[in-house]
Amino acid sequence: MNKIVRKKQLSSDVFLMEIDAPHIAKSRKAGQFVILMLDDDYGERIPLTIADGDAEKGTITIIFQAVGGTTLQLSTLEEGGSISHVLGPLGTPTHIKKQDAPVICVGGGIGVAPLHPIIQANKEAGNKVITIMGARTEDLLIMEEEVRALSDEVIICTDDGSRGRKALVTEPLKEFCEAEEKPAEVVAIGPPIMMKFCAATTEPYKVPTVVSLNTIMVDGTGMCGGCRVTVGDETKFVCVDGPEFDGHLVDWNSMMSRMSSYKEHEADHRCRMSEKAKELSTQGA
Amino acid sequence: MTAYKTPQTLDLEALAIKENLNLPEGLANLKAKERAAIPQQEMPSQEAMARACNMEEVALGYTDNQVIVEASRCLECKNAPCVKGCPVSIDIPGFVGAAAKGNFDEALEIIKDSSMLPAICGRVCPQEKQCMETCTLGKMKKDPMQSVAIGRIERYLADRGSSKESKVDKALPTGKKVAIVGSGPSGLTTAADLARLGHDVTIFEAFHKAGGVTVYGIPEFRLPKSIVQQEVDNLEAMGVKFVYDYLIGRTRTIEQLMNEDGFDSVYVANGAGLPKFMNIEGENLVGVFSANEFLTRANLMKAYDRGNAATPIYQSKKVAVFGGGNVAMDAARTALRMGAEEVHIVYRRTEAEMPARVEEVHHAQEEGIIFDLLTNPTKIIGDENGRVTAIECLKYQLGEPDESGRRRPEAIEGSEFTMEIDTCITALGNSSNPLVTGTTPELNITKWGNIIVNEDGMTSMPGVFAGGDIVQGAATVILAMGDGRTAAKGIHDYLTK
Ligand SMILES: Cc1cc2nc3c(=O)[nH]c(=O)nc-3n(C[C@H](O)[C@H](O)[C@H](O)COP(=O)(O)OP(=O)(O)OC[C@H]3O[C@@H](n4cnc5c(N)ncnc54)[C@H](O)[C@@H]3O)c2cc1C
Ligand code: SF4
Ligand code: FES
Repeated sequence: MNKIVRKKQLSSDVFLMEIDAPHIAKSRKAGQFVILMLDDDYGERIPLTIADGDAEKGTITIIFQAVGGTTLQLSTLEEGGSISHVLGPLGTPTHIKKQDAPVICVGGGIGVAPLHPIIQANKEAGNKVITIMGARTEDLLIMEEEVRALSDEVIICTDDGSRGRKALVTEPLKEFCEAEEKPAEVVAIGPPIMMKFCAATTEPYKVPTVVSLNTIMVDGTGMCGGCRVTVGDETKFVCVDGPEFDGHLVDWNSMMSRMSSYKEHEADHRCRMSEKAKELSTQGA
Repeated sequence: MTAYKTPQTLDLEALAIKENLNLPEGLANLKAKERAAIPQQEMPSQEAMARACNMEEVALGYTDNQVIVEASRCLECKNAPCVKGCPVSIDIPGFVGAAAKGNFDEALEIIKDSSMLPAICGRVCPQEKQCMETCTLGKMKKDPMQSVAIGRIERYLADRGSSKESKVDKALPTGKKVAIVGSGPSGLTTAADLARLGHDVTIFEAFHKAGGVTVYGIPEFRLPKSIVQQEVDNLEAMGVKFVYDYLIGRTRTIEQLMNEDGFDSVYVANGAGLPKFMNIEGENLVGVFSANEFLTRANLMKAYDRGNAATPIYQSKKVAVFGGGNVAMDAARTALRMGAEEVHIVYRRTEAEMPARVEEVHHAQEEGIIFDLLTNPTKIIGDENGRVTAIECLKYQLGEPDESGRRRPEAIEGSEFTMEIDTCITALGNSSNPLVTGTTPELNITKWGNIIVNEDGMTSMPGVFAGGDIVQGAATVILAMGDGRTAAKGIHDYLTK
């Protein structure tokens, strides 16, 4: 049982929760994630990145978009309530070192949340960090303040131009790659399609590009292989070998089709869950 | 295949034999030949077509009459070759003899002297390769399957005993703290023995439930979850603490447990837990699963309960399972129960070489699983959406026996053919998961990643013991339990020396 000590709604369907998890708070490093489960018997196990943590307080912060059955249900939980199961920290931490040129951090939509600890760690390592944040529209931009506080420069892009540049994140990314001072590294986290195109953008310039994959998972310990992806010529397990990989080597098409393995089930389940979530929130009110 | 008999019919048949031979009173007068002539008692089971549509246990367990008749087949051999076949040396003639006399409590006590988990082992041990392989009766009949049905008797006794309060004599607290990594059969056994000796035991489990493979891998229809839960409840009643959602190597390391968290000793029983794939083309297509993933979804995550479970499972019509062990049989039979129309076992050798329990192979055949033997997949084929549509296979034949006397399968050139399927499940076994060993460099391991231990179960790290699949390689429940016992003794000696 992990208590929810703080809850905040960041946009129409994006929520932040600070939860009690002292051991995880102590061990976690940038790039790692947790798997949580809400119901002992019938729940599913879903991976969520650790967006922040406070070792002294013994809490970690997760940020999620209420889109699937479990995240919808999670969004109905309130401060003081608790999450049945939180396992972590999982995955291999981000490899961060002092760089001589800027590090470009690209966050798409909710991808800014997992990016946050990486920006933080890069800053701590003494790197110049330029952050590109992208979203469909202004309302879906999250954590701008936190990102601004840490980054040397922030560029905002929206698809509809409601904030910042009306552009895809790959546009400014390309400009940075073409600039005189080539970035030392790009870290791109967001929807698979965005990461795929970020990797495609940087490849001709040979700028090392790290992506963080959010595949389907079950155990998160390397036991099931459900999270596997093809990287280069090898099969890798995202939950233990990742979640971060060289974006130039990931087989994106295979990964994206694997992520849609349960499309039919999810559509069906989502309908039933959103009804249930509505029911619960009206009960709570 | 023999015709199906209902449990009632089997019980009546047993009753007739019992009355005819005046059992149990008349047992002493029966000569070896007469005992050997008693027909082996068939395990009552759900009818094949009915059970293929439900998740309930297939084998229903002997009736009182059957157990007395079956136990009366034992010849009470002086040298007891069956005991030598048992990995934990249960006094088999002792408990079978007591069962034949109807002294069921006594019989169970004899088993419990050597085995912690009779309800589980009675169900899942490969008896025909252990006690039944060496049993004199089976030798006489030239068929280990015709030996005394030791496991079925064991199961009967355990099930009967579990409804009773078991008294536990617990030693006074020693003040020593032991951490156990993993709650599979090995960890549970060590916990029980150590708690009895008065040590303060905490089990750290990565999953949200205890039991290891017995809850996430072995399906309900072969080993009901309630049986494992019963063992867990007993341990809790004895004061053993269970900490779930705790991954050693990530949440905390072994070193931290020993140096910072105040544990005096650690038992590493984290199982094998790393699925093997074949490394053939197409293995990462949608619709290809490791048996671990498929079974975990179906069992632990309860995906069989479609209306209630949040965890999805792939909708399959035609399934091919690669492998011939228990894992393969479990995956195939689960796929059938999840609604697949056609399920194939694709195996490179013949039925005789299948490592699965013979009973499971028979059950699978009865349920309509198709066995494609001497067949090996070479490639998995997908469509434009990356979903599996077929597999390409090669036919094999058995070659000349090699030095070890085994006839090796050889590929028949040009025998490629394709089989249309929508789901592949790889059930090729497990190798050792490197999470714990990778974060504990002090542990000496073999080149396959298994932890090396001495005869007391201790690793190269003082105070750290290991056993079960992480030491044996993917093995059996009984070996995992046996290791747990050895380690408990080793840990106790280490802590009290
Ligand atoms: C599908 C299937 C069918 C089988 N059928 C049979 C059969 O019929 N008969 C038979 O005898 N054997 C069978 N086996 C093998 C048998 O189940 C195993 O040999 C046995 O369970 C091993 O026990 P164990 O305690 O060593 O490990 P496991 O049962 O694997 O338990 C290990 C536990 O440790 C946990 N864990 C792993 N890593 C960590 C970590 N880092 N931190 C904390 N916890 C961790 C795991 O979640 C798990 O709960 C089967 C196996 C499978 C997969
Ligand atoms: S070998 Fe068979 S017949 Fe002989 S004692 Fe053991 S179980 Fe009985
Ligand atoms: S989630 Fe099971 S191996 Fe990664």
